[in-house]
Amino acid sequence: MTLRTRTFAPARGRFLRGPAFSRRLHWIYLAFGLAFLAFVGAMALLERLGLPRTWIGFLFLVGPIVFYAGIGILSRTTDPTEYYVAGRRVPAFYNGMATGADWMSAASFIGMAGTLYLSGYGGLAYILGWTGGFCLVALLIAPYLRKFGQYTIPDFLAARYDGNLVRMLAAVAAIACSFLYVVAQIYGVGLITSRLTGVAFEVGVFFGLGGILVCSFLGGMRAVTWTQVAQYIVLLVAYLVPVAWLSIRQHATPLPQATYGYQLQKVIASEKRLLADPAEQRVIAIFQARAEADDARLADIPAALAAQRSVATRRIAELKAANAPQGDIQAAERELARLPRDADAARDEWTRARDADRERAQPLAGMPLHAQQFAGDPHGDAAARRAFDESRRNFIALVFCLMVGTASLPHVLTRFYTTSSVAQARASVGWSLLFIVLLYLTAPALAVLVKVEVFDTLVGTRFDQLPAWINNWAHVDGSLLQVSDVNGDGVLQLGEIKIGGDIVVLATPEIAGLPYVISGLVAAGGLAAALSTADGLLLTIANALSHDLWFRIVDPKASATRRVTVSKVLLLMVALGAAYVTAQKPGDILLLVSAAFSIAASAFFPALVLGVFWKRANRWGAAAGMVGGLGLTLYYTLVNQPGVRELLGITSPVQLWWGIQPIAAGLFGVPFGFALLVAVSLLTPPPSRAAREMVDEVRLP
Amino acid sequence: MPILDAPVAADPRRAARARHWRRTQRLTAALLLAWFVVGFVVTWFARDLDFPFFGWPFSFWVAAQGGVVVFVVLIAVYARRMARNDRLLADETHAAGAPDPRR
Repeated sequence: MTLRTRTFAPARGRFLRGPAFSRRLHWIYLAFGLAFLAFVGAMALLERLGLPRTWIGFLFLVGPIVFYAGIGILSRTTDPTEYYVAGRRVPAFYNGMATGADWMSAASFIGMAGTLYLSGYGGLAYILGWTGGFCLVALLIAPYLRKFGQYTIPDFLAARYDGNLVRMLAAVAAIACSFLYVVAQIYGVGLITSRLTGVAFEVGVFFGLGGILVCSFLGGMRAVTWTQVAQYIVLLVAYLVPVAWLSIRQHATPLPQATYGYQLQKVIASEKRLLADPAEQRVIAIFQARAEADDARLADIPAALAAQRSVATRRIAELKAANAPQGDIQAAERELARLPRDADAARDEWTRARDADRERAQPLAGMPLHAQQFAGDPHGDAAARRAFDESRRNFIALVFCLMVGTASLPHVLTRFYTTSSVAQARASVGWSLLFIVLLYLTAPALAVLVKVEVFDTLVGTRFDQLPAWINNWAHVDGSLLQVSDVNGDGVLQLGEIKIGGDIVVLATPEIAGLPYVISGLVAAGGLAAALSTADGLLLTIANALSHDLWFRIVDPKASATRRVTVSKVLLLMVALGAAYVTAQKPGDILLLVSAAFSIAASAFFPALVLGVFWKRANRWGAAAGMVGGLGLTLYYTLVNQPGVRELLGITSPVQLWWGIQPIAAGLFGVPFGFALLVAVSLLTPPPSRAAREMVDEVRLP
Repeated sequence: MPILDAPVAADPRRAARARHWRRTQRLTAALLLAWFVVGFVVTWFARDLDFPFFGWPFSFWVAAQGGVVVFVVLIAVYARRMARNDRLLADETHAAGAPDPRR
């Protein structure tokens, strides 16, 4: 422990740098990795000795957070360079790990394999987009940011575009997209905590908040960097171990990433079998009939409602007349009370029921063929051709938005300020992507392995012989997993399983037949992913507020210590604000995350790239490009997103441009931002000499 | 603006910097082209590139693994080539009698 204390000692005297620093870090994190494995081993032992599950879950939440808190406290600092950019001496390798953890959020850890399970090839847009974006970071942004060498993204844009107008726009955009993203992360933390320990969601949120604050409050970027490295190790182990085990259980190699092509062949064969299976078709026909019945009820709501009421009333009367047990009568009365109160309520309820039934009346439970690229058929009839074209266009558009968004998220880009040189920044992007790819190559494999398990083992099992994990999870949360014997044959069909994407990662240990301790490990990994991303985001928001808005614009004479203190106070306030918003459970998490990507892409990407590669770009062009691009993206998202439309009461018909879904709104915002930036720059005077000299300067190594 | 607009040939150090930037631009453009082909062109023709590849349909494999690996390689190539480009700049400016920019 003395080793660690010395390395993370507060900002006094000289710091280790270069190879000696790297060597010391290797030892520290090797020790951390071993300590973590010992912790998991101890938990496994305790489980064997009969420690109840709730306790194991609780220890898996608290144990790692105590570790992180230790690092956070040892990294406390009041020195601005330490606080904002970790002293600019993070070796490329470790910055890569920290960026990996910073980047991989709860959505990557828990959500992605589920998305791939549910949408097959369509989900690969996330894999391609979220990795390809790092090429843009490496080639167009990171080395130049590092050469510039200040503290925040608005710093860079303000220096390049002559002043505070662009700084203010950039700070506001950085705050907006990071805030949306951090709410999604804290939501993930709350979800994992409440699942694992059974506390209320809101309690889980504030518990997670404590975990986030101990990492970032005292030490800023310095503490965040070194906890993120630890969190990366935790999340990687937690992701890979259960998948390798599941693969071995399916008589394949422990490296499913290299060999799951053969399991994919199995899935394709099973899809054919299930599509032709008469029992599956019966299930589909039943849901079809239910949807039609709902349609009939919806055609004449008052009559249908009256009919249902009279049936229920008559039944109560009959029961009473027959002197039935009191329990039966009460059940029937409850049935009557549960009927929709009026016609409007009935319309809502029955429309929902009809949509749900229609959704389930699809072949393969609504999932596309796993390996089929895009929907529809380019050689089919007109409708199939249109479906194919739109599906392909949307896939490409989503890949584009995710890539450009990745290259514009301020919390990721700031990480490249922390390396010791431009060359280290370049190498560090490579390490980042390598560390991210370890998980991203595994997620599609996991999706296929779970599909093999469901299609070949689970489907066709008798209901009284279902594995225990099914009932456990169905009991925990009905939105994750529901099974019911729809066609009454006592055998489980694929159409009778209703599955939520998140279950794929959460239940993998149990599907693989691993002890509960591994489930705890997976939860700790998900928590690490969410906490590390939330740390980076909160720091970005607090720094945009304290450094860019307060220090640079309001009070430029503030002393270094005062700046750091203000930053810490703001961090605390932002964190509480974000937790408060999260506790309100704002609707759609995926919407929040995708909105953050499109906002970042259209606000930052044109200004960042042209700032380096086109000297003529000036402040008016940059301001116009940022406002215009962002405006178009927001407009397209707001008028077309179903949830938002409902909220704002927009009733005009959805007007999609070329059929592009609002999740890929950046496809329009980014080019529009580029065009405006160029046009307005050319119409206004060239940038100042200082700005042009800065461009020359950042282009040099 | 005499410094900025002076003829490049007049100052060998500036000429070396200009060459460094041109090499950077060429490398960036070449790698971006590769990035675009893997990320978008192959994806556009995914339905046609459906031949089996170690069990995967080829375009499925590219989107799930091949493309991702190519992206890592592109960044690694960029880091190496740029390190060489930087060394070249240092040698050229040094030869021009300027202090070593590596400091």
